[in-house]
Amino acid sequence: MAEAHGMGHAVKRKEDARFIRGKGTYIDDLKLPGMLYLDIVRSPYAHARITAIRTEKALAMPGVLAVITGRDLDKYGLAWMPTLMSDRQMVLPIDTVLYQAQEVAAVLATERYLAADGAAAVEVDYEPLPVVVDPKKALRSDAPVLRADREQKTNHIWHWEVGDRTATAQAFAQADVTVAQDLYIPRIHVSSIETCGCVAQWDAVEGKLTLWMTTQAPHAIRTVVALVAGHLGLAEHKIRVISPDIGGGFGGKVPVYPGYVLAVAASVLTGKPVKWIEDRMENIQADSFARDYHITAELAAKRDGTLTALRFKTIADHGAFDAAANPSKFPAGLFSICTGSYDFRSAFVEVDGVYTNKPPGGIAYRCSFRVTEASYTIERMVDIMAHQLGMDPAEFRLRNFIRPEAFPYKSALGWTYDSGNYHAALKKAMEMVGYAALRKEQVEKRRSGELMGIGISSFTEIVGAGPSHTFDILGLKMFDSAEIRVHPTGKAVARFGTKSQGQGHETTYAQIIAHELGIPEDDIVVEEGDTDTAPYGLGTYASRSTPVAAAAGAVAARKIRDKAKKIAAHLLEASEQDLEWERGKFFVRGSPQRAKTIQEIAFAAYTNHPQGLEAGLEAVAYYDPPNLTFPFGSYICVADIDKGTGEVKIRRFVAVDDCGNIINPMIVEGQIHGGLTMGLAPALYEEITYDEDGNIRGGSFMDYLLPTSMETPRWETAKTVTPSPHHPLGAKGVGESATVGAPAAIANAVIDALWHLGVRHIDIPITPWKVWRTLREHGVSE
Amino acid sequence: MIPASFEYFSPRTVPEAVNLLVRYGQEAKLLAGGHSLVPLMKLRLAAPRYVVDLNRIDGLSYIREADGFLRLGALTRHAEIETSELMRGRYPLLADAARVISDPLVRNMGTIGGSLAHADPAGDWGAAMLAAGAEIVATGPGGTRTIPVEEFFEGTFVTALRPDEILTEIRLPQAGRGQGGAYLKLERKVGDFAIAAVGVALALDGDGACRRVGIGLCNVGSTSLRAEKAARLLTGQKPDDATVARAAAAAAAECDPASDLRGPAEYKRDVVRVLTARAVRLAAQRARGGA
Amino acid sequence: MGTRISVTVNGTVREADVEPRLLLVHFIREILGMTGTHIGCDTTNCGACTVLLDGRAVKSCTIFAVQADGRAVMTVEGLARDGQLHPLQEAFHQQHGLQCGFCTPGMMMAAYAFLQRTPNPTEEQIRWGISGNLCRCTGYVNIVAAIKDAAEKLRASPARAGGRG
Repeated sequence: MAEAHGMGHAVKRKEDARFIRGKGTYIDDLKLPGMLYLDIVRSPYAHARITAIRTEKALAMPGVLAVITGRDLDKYGLAWMPTLMSDRQMVLPIDTVLYQAQEVAAVLATERYLAADGAAAVEVDYEPLPVVVDPKKALRSDAPVLRADREQKTNHIWHWEVGDRTATAQAFAQADVTVAQDLYIPRIHVSSIETCGCVAQWDAVEGKLTLWMTTQAPHAIRTVVALVAGHLGLAEHKIRVISPDIGGGFGGKVPVYPGYVLAVAASVLTGKPVKWIEDRMENIQADSFARDYHITAELAAKRDGTLTALRFKTIADHGAFDAAANPSKFPAGLFSICTGSYDFRSAFVEVDGVYTNKPPGGIAYRCSFRVTEASYTIERMVDIMAHQLGMDPAEFRLRNFIRPEAFPYKSALGWTYDSGNYHAALKKAMEMVGYAALRKEQVEKRRSGELMGIGISSFTEIVGAGPSHTFDILGLKMFDSAEIRVHPTGKAVARFGTKSQGQGHETTYAQIIAHELGIPEDDIVVEEGDTDTAPYGLGTYASRSTPVAAAAGAVAARKIRDKAKKIAAHLLEASEQDLEWERGKFFVRGSPQRAKTIQEIAFAAYTNHPQGLEAGLEAVAYYDPPNLTFPFGSYICVADIDKGTGEVKIRRFVAVDDCGNIINPMIVEGQIHGGLTMGLAPALYEEITYDEDGNIRGGSFMDYLLPTSMETPRWETAKTVTPSPHHPLGAKGVGESATVGAPAAIANAVIDALWHLGVRHIDIPITPWKVWRTLREHGVSE
Repeated sequence: MIPASFEYFSPRTVPEAVNLLVRYGQEAKLLAGGHSLVPLMKLRLAAPRYVVDLNRIDGLSYIREADGFLRLGALTRHAEIETSELMRGRYPLLADAARVISDPLVRNMGTIGGSLAHADPAGDWGAAMLAAGAEIVATGPGGTRTIPVEEFFEGTFVTALRPDEILTEIRLPQAGRGQGGAYLKLERKVGDFAIAAVGVALALDGDGACRRVGIGLCNVGSTSLRAEKAARLLTGQKPDDATVARAAAAAAAECDPASDLRGPAEYKRDVVRVLTARAVRLAAQRARGGA
Repeated sequence: MGTRISVTVNGTVREADVEPRLLLVHFIREILGMTGTHIGCDTTNCGACTVLLDGRAVKSCTIFAVQADGRAVMTVEGLARDGQLHPLQEAFHQQHGLQCGFCTPGMMMAAYAFLQRTPNPTEEQIRWGISGNLCRCTGYVNIVAAIKDAAEKLRASPARAGGRG
């Protein structure tokens, strides 16, 4: 007899069954009768006028049915589309391309290989234009204006600021000690192993569009498609978006890419299903990037090491269109969490968004809406300040952490942190890693000229977007939803507005329902991703599923339990007030043998429901979170540096995470392992840069270096548990914490190893040659 | 991602394959492991009209010692060399090199002959064979000939092979007493080409002096390189710290790396210096019977 | 312009007329309709396409289908036998060695071949053995645990070793 495990159990995943057999259904697995293939012609230039597109050769090739250009789309008002940040983006250019690899034309053919041949045969003439890849240069008055379509002829997109500029300036003026550092966080790319794609199927008879798509937010897509293509006859009740199995999202599958729109247009044109699936190089070179923040950071402190003020100024390179999928009031995402785990009296942050000749995007890499940038900056700066003052970085943090009694804590930049205990997490990490002994070892190693460093990152995350008073994307409020229906035989189906791309919702959401109702997880089917059946939700990204959708699941389950109580009272001929709940059943207080299981109640809901109550046993909940949640943690990295080659070798990495109450510890640990690896990657390996002509460097897996099992350390994980006081389950979410916290721990370890040589900072990725150059500049070699 | 079309041949013998090369000349490409050729074809950087698959020719894959030589068939996979007990025991330079080529899956297909014939300066076998002092056996319409490896690499992706010749065997002097070797590669991550790599083969005489030294350098020039001056500095000398340092500095001066995403030229030069010293020490240790 | 090939896939002979340029991974996915083998890149780096060719783990995106003529291919669909999961599949499930599942078939096939050569591996050896397979979700820790677990299961019950390949 199956068991209801509930919260806190390492229930093995239900979704594994199909994946381990190779029976998942990812977009490229779909094959519909008569399906056509779309391939895209892309610009080799970063900025150019298109003077001609010749399609005759392509159209003459076997199997090629059509070549779509910007002028074709323009006839239908589809050459441009809105971005999720209320900017607009070209689907296909009419006359100007703005970044290398930008989509220029689309080829439609009967077979995949023929579409590729067709794309290779399209001829495009370009007239190169001056390229701007440096956002600081883009802000100069002599820079070419990239967005002729905008009213304001400038490459400056927006200015955003928060905090108290004057009070902060005063605090800096009065400070005993200040530190300042320029930090550049380069562009990186999420590179989930599955690339992006879709199958669009237009049914001309029904006037219905079915769109299978790699999307983390199917409902939002449906609404956007209805708004954008409404004038072509696409209406929201006749659009079905299906997000099947997704091979990793991490934010890269939130934006709407031109390929999706082209596939839809092609299907409407031909009446046939159309598949678009991109190659890896297309994915890296054109799809949503992350980071690209130029930061000038300053901290102020008293002589005794008490932090007093923070001031960060950032230039945000957004590429050619502002297509970051941030909540609308937050063009720099949740960057203002950058006061981190520390009690700052005053703070001021300003960010300026800038256009350059690069692909659009900004927040696709498990970054929690720019929290990676914020956390990296504060943790680097805290380490610089501690080292500057000659204080141990752990002691410095313990001194400045927000105290446990101070929660809920209102930060100088306006966030109310729900709960936290930073001291406990750091102390646990220090104990796990053997901090005191390591510092002793470091002293000895320094004497013999060996380079060893210990880096700490004590981050505070901010997830669960978000309360409707503050958060929306394109006006859509960021609630989420759950709909649960219990069948007569006591089994249940539950649908949610989120969409797992590996986070295990089919299991964790079932655990929540099991927890609340006592129905075994094996008796619950969890579905997501089909807009025809799932209740409206904003999707899964920025670690919001547990804080928002899981909460909706708990609330819906509790509604069901409330109704179940009425039915139980009816069956037991008792009054509701006399009933007690023990997971899975109601019983009469004092007479426990007089009980009804949830299964019996479910059956009765259809066969013997009380008069005055509707039959059935189901509920829907749309959950508007009262606040965000604030997971946190302390990571400690121990690194040894090879003086000859500059290689950074991570000897140990200890991660203590606190995500409140845990639904499934096995899944949480897996999320942390993965997140740490996506923190390691930008710290040491991954970056995308452009030369002066806007040519990408690092545009394939040959040079864009995802860590293998050999580069990845054996992560050591542990937890503390500080529940969220406002979440129905006390849970906070954890999906991105490790990606947020890890880079600074690694960077801090390297700088800690080199500080005594006079080194203050090295920008990530900290590659061997950067370390080598730093060592040689400071007179160290093998 | 999708290659252009081509005509495919799968000869059963070497003469058959040679005849195809004679017939189609530069329009034909040989397919051995395919893990250099096929990626280029998928990016359409190579689009040969004819592809001649060598994999159905028997008798081109072997590792054996015979007549005073170690003989390796051209179609021997990197993985076979990596796991060969003979290699690990008696030819550590080659075992080391095999181990660090790309990744384990690529090593199951890639061949030593294909790699050498491709002549990518980033190819590990080129540097290793230069250090080992190997000979390349080529088979053409007129029969076979032997090319010393020092004469084999003529330019980037250019070898001394004629368009109608197939590299069929690599051979080097059989290992003897007091010999050691090592191949050290610095890469950005497993699977990448070298930032720089150094192969060293040496023998020590009874006094502990270096008797025969070969040093090969990978990915620090327009071809695989021999560090001849460095090797001469070690020959006849005991590999003490000062001598090793001089040789390592010489090797660094003999290479000509390009600045690229793997690092600036001066970095790569210094990596050659560091790796040469480490490889010489390791080779010497093995020659003495350790490691 | 078809070339007739005959490939034994998971123990069954499959025949088709193919273009020489058809990649083995597309033969498997599109012609045979076996979509368990995945494509994750275009530069032979990621290993999502890993299958066994005559018992060796290879990247099927970098091999032409014509090269597999007369040879034996084993894919993830060939791991289970008569509905019984292979110890690797069980271990990946029990050790939470997968999240999105996209790299998993290739990872298991690489592990399958690796364990045949190295039946009692250390953690270090396992990491080396799968260094041609990228995963973005798991951070490899549980994948390594799964392979170690499978190795123990296989040593305990050698009869469960062979799939259909």
